[in-house]
Amino acid sequence: MKENIIIIGGGAAGMEAATQLQKLGLTPVIIEKSNALGGHIAQWDKLFPAFHNAKDVVSKMFDNVKDIKTYLNTEVTDIQRNADGFHAVLSNGEAIDGKAVVLATGFDLFKAERKQEYGYGIYNNVITSLELEKFFRTRKDERINNPKKIGFVHCVGARDVKVGNTYCSKVCCTTALKQACEMKEVFPEAEVYTFYMDLRMFGPGYEDLYLKTQKDYDVKCIRGRVCEVSEDMDGRLVIKAEDTLFGKPLRMTLDLLVLMCSMEKNKSIDKIQRQLGIENNSDGFMQNRDMYLGMNDSKQEGVFVAGTCTAPKSLPDTIGEARSVAVEVFNYVNNK
Amino acid sequence: MIIEGKQKIWADYQKDIPDDHYFYVRSCIRQAFWPGSEVTFLDITRNKLGKDFYENPYHTTCGGIAYHSDTIPQETAMTIIARQFALMKESGYENYVCSCITSFGCYTETLETWHEYPELEAKIRQYLWDSCKKEFAKPKYLAHASDIIYKFRFEIAKQMKFPLVNVKTGKPLKVVEHIGCHYSKMFPSKGFGGAEYPHVLVGMIEAWGGEVVDYPERRHCCGFGFRQYFVQGNRGYSESNTYKKFESMEPYEPDLIITNCPGCPYFLDRWQYVIAEQTGKTYGKNGYGIPALTYEEVAGLVMGYDPWDLGLQMHQVAIEPLLEKMGIPYDPKKKYQGVNGKDLGQPQCPSCIKSV
Repeated sequence: MKENIIIIGGGAAGMEAATQLQKLGLTPVIIEKSNALGGHIAQWDKLFPAFHNAKDVVSKMFDNVKDIKTYLNTEVTDIQRNADGFHAVLSNGEAIDGKAVVLATGFDLFKAERKQEYGYGIYNNVITSLELEKFFRTRKDERINNPKKIGFVHCVGARDVKVGNTYCSKVCCTTALKQACEMKEVFPEAEVYTFYMDLRMFGPGYEDLYLKTQKDYDVKCIRGRVCEVSEDMDGRLVIKAEDTLFGKPLRMTLDLLVLMCSMEKNKSIDKIQRQLGIENNSDGFMQNRDMYLGMNDSKQEGVFVAGTCTAPKSLPDTIGEARSVAVEVFNYVNNK
Repeated sequence: MIIEGKQKIWADYQKDIPDDHYFYVRSCIRQAFWPGSEVTFLDITRNKLGKDFYENPYHTTCGGIAYHSDTIPQETAMTIIARQFALMKESGYENYVCSCITSFGCYTETLETWHEYPELEAKIRQYLWDSCKKEFAKPKYLAHASDIIYKFRFEIAKQMKFPLVNVKTGKPLKVVEHIGCHYSKMFPSKGFGGAEYPHVLVGMIEAWGGEVVDYPERRHCCGFGFRQYFVQGNRGYSESNTYKKFESMEPYEPDLIITNCPGCPYFLDRWQYVIAEQTGKTYGKNGYGIPALTYEEVAGLVMGYDPWDLGLQMHQVAIEPLLEKMGIPYDPKKKYQGVNGKDLGQPQCPSCIKSV
């Protein structure tokens, strides 16, 4: 008899874990709170570092899970451990049983308005990286009106003691450079600046993207944080920053400012997480058993974790974790 | 500008302020700079609003200037503050309100530090006992005096005689608000509206009929900044900060600047004279400057106090154009008269900025 595996979350991690579990002969069930699978990545236009269409990747993932039982617009409202595994009550009134639970609940995007000094939600031309990605998909955003001067702020809500997030969000640096290049393609005459603390180009092809950003797209990368944003009489943005390489304060007037918002743990899962006895780590994400040999295990038997619920991760890292969690679950079920 | 965004922040940073019964402490420098302001505050709260605001004649400076100039250690500043709190306790009060923004910052910092490090509070108790034989109680509530005027801004509006409106055009006066750095930049939750978009003065301006000017250098320091001015060699830096602000606000053509700090109105007022002497440039119309007033002075003006009783002749920038815009009657002959009409003599007029 095939065993049910309850997968909470239908983003990249959840879909990929389900795909692999099905290949291993188990019966994954995906429970997704929103009205569609795909999570954050489905809202993206192109992926770094090589500008692949996100849609192509997500479409393949959709195809892979088309035969897998999926609940949309559904949340787990209660979950209890029993002799056979877990009993989950869903928000649609149904209940399902599973031998194991995979938490693939992803992340929340940092709310940019919490960094009040950047003026998101107050000054019209301050937008988020997610909103810019939507513009790339739709070419519609009244705020993006042939900007002549564009700024990107890295580490919004990351590596920032003031907001309580001291961790690096890992993907924002590369995303900023990708988006900066794309803006130059859409608006070739625009001057584009990025304001960074360190550029963390850790993955394959990332450093190449960094060089390409400067050599081919003439994007100016300024090492320094933006400290204040305001608006002038014409509705243009006046920013203050520090250029730490020159050791000088800097003021600049921009037409558009893009905030590279960090990842934070998806807090909508807190109640279920508590019921399952999963603690948070020092960054506020879910704690796994061991960062080397138990990264997919939680400290609770039968409960597994994958993707950005434990820390910020890139899409390849997330997919890699989703595949490895499938193996962990398979071994767990077969050795039980 | 998306005003709803600011309104959300304003709603997030509100404080519950007690209605009545406050122990009031003055500012050491405001009494010299703007002697009418604190008197007006007490008159408005006591006699116009019917509240109990008590002053103990034995209270002193909070030590803030010495502390921020690095001439006394924090323990000394805390012991001075502890003595103020002891006077409050002896006077039978639990709500503490201070006139000075730097004092507000020092009191807040002290209370927060004692909260985090109770052993330091115990040490200061001992210092106070050893030095003064006094015991203190921490205030149940700490407010800045501008918080009080903000709280009662609508009651003041009900008694208003001269709103912040240009009587000739019928349009709201354009008002720049300038918040003292120590109001909420250190502890955003302690100020109405938080640190980035404080509401404490905006609320007064809007309640009294004015229109708020938001300009790029709104958040910039006035130029006081303690060591920017106290160290003589740094004074050019002080002036350059003020200059930067005026250059930034100039295109908006403000009629008035309202402040809630002892130093800000002083530097925003006096440096206008210096800039005019150095460059020939003035920021008001027709050779005048832009008046930089305290919130008590503005409250007094809208409520119909005599401008000279408010001490507005103490400002370098002439106040008369503003009085005429607001339709406030004044007697030019009384501008430099003291008690019983005694002639105090007129100050020397500057050459590049109009004084009358």
